[in-house]
Amino acid sequence: MSTAPTPPGGPVTEEVAPHRSDRSPWNWLLLVGIVLPLLVPIYNKVEPTLFGWPFFYWFQLLLVGVGVLVTSIVYRMTRRSSADQQAARDAIARDRER
Amino acid sequence: MDGINVVELTIVVILFLLVTVLGFAASRWRRAENLMHLDEWGLGGRSFGSWITWFLLGGDLYTAYTFVAVPALMFGAGAAGFFAVPYTVIIYPLVFLVVIRLWSVSHVRGYVTPADFVRSRFDSPALALLVAITGIVATMPYIALQLVGIEAILKAMGVEGDLPLIVAFIILALYTYNSGLRAPALIAFVKDTLIYLTIIVAVIVIPSKLGGWDAIFGAAEEKFSTGAGVILPATGQLGYATLALGSALALFLYPHSITGVLAASNRDVLKRNMSALPIYSLALGLIALLGYMAIAAGVTPIGEDGNTIVPVLFQEMFPSWFAGVAFAAIGIGALVPAAVMSIAAANLFTRNIYKEYLKKDATSRQEAQVAKIASLVVKLGAVAAILFLNPQFSIDLQLIGGVIILQTLPSVALGLYTRWMHRGGLIAGWVAGMAAGLVLVYNIPKLNPDGTVAREHFGGSSFPLSKLGLDTKSAIYAGFLALLVNLIVTAVVTLILRAMKVHDGVDGTSETDYTAEREDPTVRDLPDPLASTPPGLDGTVRGRT
Repeated sequence: MSTAPTPPGGPVTEEVAPHRSDRSPWNWLLLVGIVLPLLVPIYNKVEPTLFGWPFFYWFQLLLVGVGVLVTSIVYRMTRRSSADQQAARDAIARDRER
Repeated sequence: MDGINVVELTIVVILFLLVTVLGFAASRWRRAENLMHLDEWGLGGRSFGSWITWFLLGGDLYTAYTFVAVPALMFGAGAAGFFAVPYTVIIYPLVFLVVIRLWSVSHVRGYVTPADFVRSRFDSPALALLVAITGIVATMPYIALQLVGIEAILKAMGVEGDLPLIVAFIILALYTYNSGLRAPALIAFVKDTLIYLTIIVAVIVIPSKLGGWDAIFGAAEEKFSTGAGVILPATGQLGYATLALGSALALFLYPHSITGVLAASNRDVLKRNMSALPIYSLALGLIALLGYMAIAAGVTPIGEDGNTIVPVLFQEMFPSWFAGVAFAAIGIGALVPAAVMSIAAANLFTRNIYKEYLKKDATSRQEAQVAKIASLVVKLGAVAAILFLNPQFSIDLQLIGGVIILQTLPSVALGLYTRWMHRGGLIAGWVAGMAAGLVLVYNIPKLNPDGTVAREHFGGSSFPLSKLGLDTKSAIYAGFLALLVNLIVTAVVTLILRAMKVHDGVDGTSETDYTAEREDPTVRDLPDPLASTPPGLDGTVRGRT
């Protein structure tokens, strides 16, 4: 395989495979979910407390919600059309029958 | 401990029998025509939808050991133990775009392991072997640690001896052998239901018995009043953030995570799960606080074993029958990840060692057979490690596991985006990163609470920066430094090899592979040169001629 000029199947899938892209400006939103939890000094404090919970703890549990929010928004905004999604479901059903 | 708690034990045994039946029945679930193919046995037919994937990945990533060790860490070390929350928050936005690329290229090319991808992308069986060995070595102690979780509940119930542990693992080994990845996927439903039930009850019942959250945090504040109380000391913040980030980078490099990802039926399943899996992180945050509840309740661990504080807390706070349910949650929680991990390790051995070096012309039937046997061997090894070695050895190894698995990041994760790195550079980077990582963790002493040295070496994973000559009391996650060394060496050696015009092989993937959807044609759909009817361009003729 290391001596083959082109990998088996390489050029063939190149011809038949649709060209798609995962690029989207919405992806930048994911950075919020990554960077915010790493800024430890902004939440490393006791006050204000909430229901007896120091800030350090309730804020970090709140960050779980931020993570859900950003991933959900990016998913919704970059979601494929329902026709495309149906095509994927059909492919799954077809493979299962195989 | 005087005697066995019969009520608890009965409940645990009944629930264990239930999952045993499920485990064996799983081979008939979403039945495949032929289980003797690695795609079926080792990846569940690559057919799992959103719900199954959520339960499987959740059951797989959030292990019993996590549920026992994180509260134990909070109990012993305070706020630093809460790093598990930011770690499991950043992980999903971090890998959101990465796992779908890995899924796509594996779907098109039929990869079963991360090493399969590396072999083909960088045209280097040697690099693939390093990735495979790293994965197996990092996974083995992790499996052994699941037994530590089971041991903790057995101790709390007053069950003596190793026999129950051995029996439980042999049964697990048999139904994993029989049903493959379908077994943990089905059992995960029971595991997670029990876990969520336990947590919801725990956060309602226990605080009310202890006088509210104020009292719980107050007790923790008092216990850690010589330090920074219930928050981090200023010098602990860098270590906290780098440990969270480093652990997050490492998590989806573990073979068992990748097995869960590749078993998903399409990209949308994975994307939706990146938003749904954090529910487990919320649960983990609440579980972590069980450590503080144990402080407020004045729990004393059984013997010297800090891992028993959660079982003991449950015993003191719950009626016996519900403590039994909670123990079953932890026990079954150990079985799911142990099964997935052994399958992942078996897949690596089969694809990247057996087929690559021992029997190049192995049929898919032989591959599946070898993987099934390998999964048995891996589990027996884990039991032996717990019985014959000091459990501390497994804990130390697992700590190192995160550091070493990170060294596969350049080839596995960066490799999904660029082929700029030379295969020689990646191998050199791996060697350098691995060496640096081991030297670093070797030089981390374990300190007693009073600051004296308890052990000279392998005392943790946060490396004091003062040892590098920096004038600070801060520490940094050792895996992070090792990864930096790895990346620098990879880049430098790549530049040198490129300047010397050393051949760097042929990329076995094409650009469109990384964004392929489920309905796109795969390598398996390509025309067999000997077949008479060529498939159509839309790939709909698969298997229908």
